[in-house]
Amino acid sequence: MAGFLIKRLLQAIFVVFAITLVVSFAIRLTGDPALMMFQGGGSMTEEDLMRIRASLGTDQPFIMQYLNFLKGMVTLDFGRSFTGGTSVSMLIGNALPATLLLAFISMFVSIALSIPLGIKAATARGKGADQAIRILSLIGLSFPNFWLATMLVLLFAVTLGWLPPSGMSGWTSYVMPAVTMGIILTATNVRLVRTSMLETLQSQYVMVARAKGLSETTVLYKHALRNCAIPLITYFGLQFGGLLGGIVVVERVFNWPGMGTLAFDAVSARDYPVLQAVITVLSLMIVGVNLLVDIAYGLVDPRIRTE
Amino acid sequence: MATNTSRLSRFYSLEFILGAALTLIICLAVLLSDVLFPGGADKINLIARLTKPFTTLAYPLGTDPLGRDVLARVIAGGKISLLVGFTSVIGAVIFGVLMGLIAGYYRGFWDMLVMRFADLQLAMPFILLAITFIAIVGGSLTNTIILLIVSQWVQYARVVRGSVLTLREREFILSARAIGVKDWRIIFQHLLPNLIGPVIVLMTLNVANNILLESSLTFLGLGVDPTIPSWGGMLADGRTYLQTAWWVSVFPGLAILLTVLGLNLLGDWLRDSLDPTGRTSR
Repeated sequence: MAGFLIKRLLQAIFVVFAITLVVSFAIRLTGDPALMMFQGGGSMTEEDLMRIRASLGTDQPFIMQYLNFLKGMVTLDFGRSFTGGTSVSMLIGNALPATLLLAFISMFVSIALSIPLGIKAATARGKGADQAIRILSLIGLSFPNFWLATMLVLLFAVTLGWLPPSGMSGWTSYVMPAVTMGIILTATNVRLVRTSMLETLQSQYVMVARAKGLSETTVLYKHALRNCAIPLITYFGLQFGGLLGGIVVVERVFNWPGMGTLAFDAVSARDYPVLQAVITVLSLMIVGVNLLVDIAYGLVDPRIRTE
Repeated sequence: MATNTSRLSRFYSLEFILGAALTLIICLAVLLSDVLFPGGADKINLIARLTKPFTTLAYPLGTDPLGRDVLARVIAGGKISLLVGFTSVIGAVIFGVLMGLIAGYYRGFWDMLVMRFADLQLAMPFILLAITFIAIVGGSLTNTIILLIVSQWVQYARVVRGSVLTLREREFILSARAIGVKDWRIIFQHLLPNLIGPVIVLMTLNVANNILLESSLTFLGLGVDPTIPSWGGMLADGRTYLQTAWWVSVFPGLAILLTVLGLNLLGDWLRDSLDPTGRTSR
């Protein structure tokens, strides 16, 4: 077990280093931030430029800048935004909870939908209900998330006026973003639940439970579901990256004050410290969640450790 | 069980017919767009601006705030989507399959390199990679295709590598090696034909997926040039007129949905017929 833990941890650390290195290097390629800060901002002497470079730290060699960035990452100090000079950590501190909250609610919506639907599809294998769920899931997989969001806005905000079209204010503003992501996730999850349920339903303990005369609900939800919970939790955990990616896009439709909005504003303003920090923080979270899922799975199922 | 199987196979063929029909109709419409709408997608007609859909034959799906034909623009947008979808997948397949073959056949350094790339990709969602990439090189049609190739070749490399790892221990490969067949010949003549099934399934699903990704990128202003009619770009424009002109936002999205659905139906059907073990299932 210790060997497995160390191996997974080293892999995760490698990935974090690689991502931060690639992102830092790539962002340096885009040009001199000192020049970019003053695009069209009147005349500047060479001394002005030097002073700005020194204050931003970009006069140092790349490796020093990267080490400074790593130091900043550990001490949660990502420097200051080019636009407005706000501390980047503060911007992230405001945006990250908004995105994470949305991620968890979406995940919850999707689990609440996909478990009963997946179980229904598995028990009705090949019959009408199974086919209907399969077609619905394919349609869900084909939906552009940002268009689904736009259509919800058109129906519930513009036409019916039931929900606020954008922003984060009160619980009603969570409904449309969370339902959008929840539906998109459910399209994938329903298939995962169906597949693992089909495997479980063929096992002997399910047969025994049925033979004992337990009610079908007890057999399905208490015996079968519990036994396929571990692979399902793993799948759901590994989806975290895709979920964050989807939320980043959907945030744009709802003007949600999260990491996606922060990132896109940073791209259009060429605000590289912010962009670098957003990408690093999100990647770190995804690597962290994947690591936790792997370790948890390894703890529960010893066969994984030897792979 | 017999009735179940026949019902199942009927269902699968229905899936195929629907998928093929949708894909064919869309491909045909795109191919014939120049004949159907000679120079129509960008033609501005301010007198007819914001015409409602289904009211006049001249503009069956209405017009946008500049009086441009929504139907003509939707079909012109399909050209971009299909172009990006197909070229990016072809690029990713060529590079990914080659890397997968090398990694699986030679193992060692190449293998490690490919697998570490795969780890990196797992940790970096597409949209984050896209933001970084586009922030550096700028958004354009070519850059969108390059981005999709860069982000997807690993999928093919992994599938191919996995198949090669099991195939290379099989008798027919071992005997080919024993009689001194050259490596490149084993790879391309003996290995490649045996692992093409899952690759084709993955390709179909990825064309669909890439059309979705391209439209999201363009919607966010990170993809194709906004002056070219594209589905994502039209949806970004339409957002401003959601209150007054719903049709500008509805039809391009519907086009994405139907195209992607058609390809997904085909991909699903292909997976069931070519790859019953479900190695490529998501």
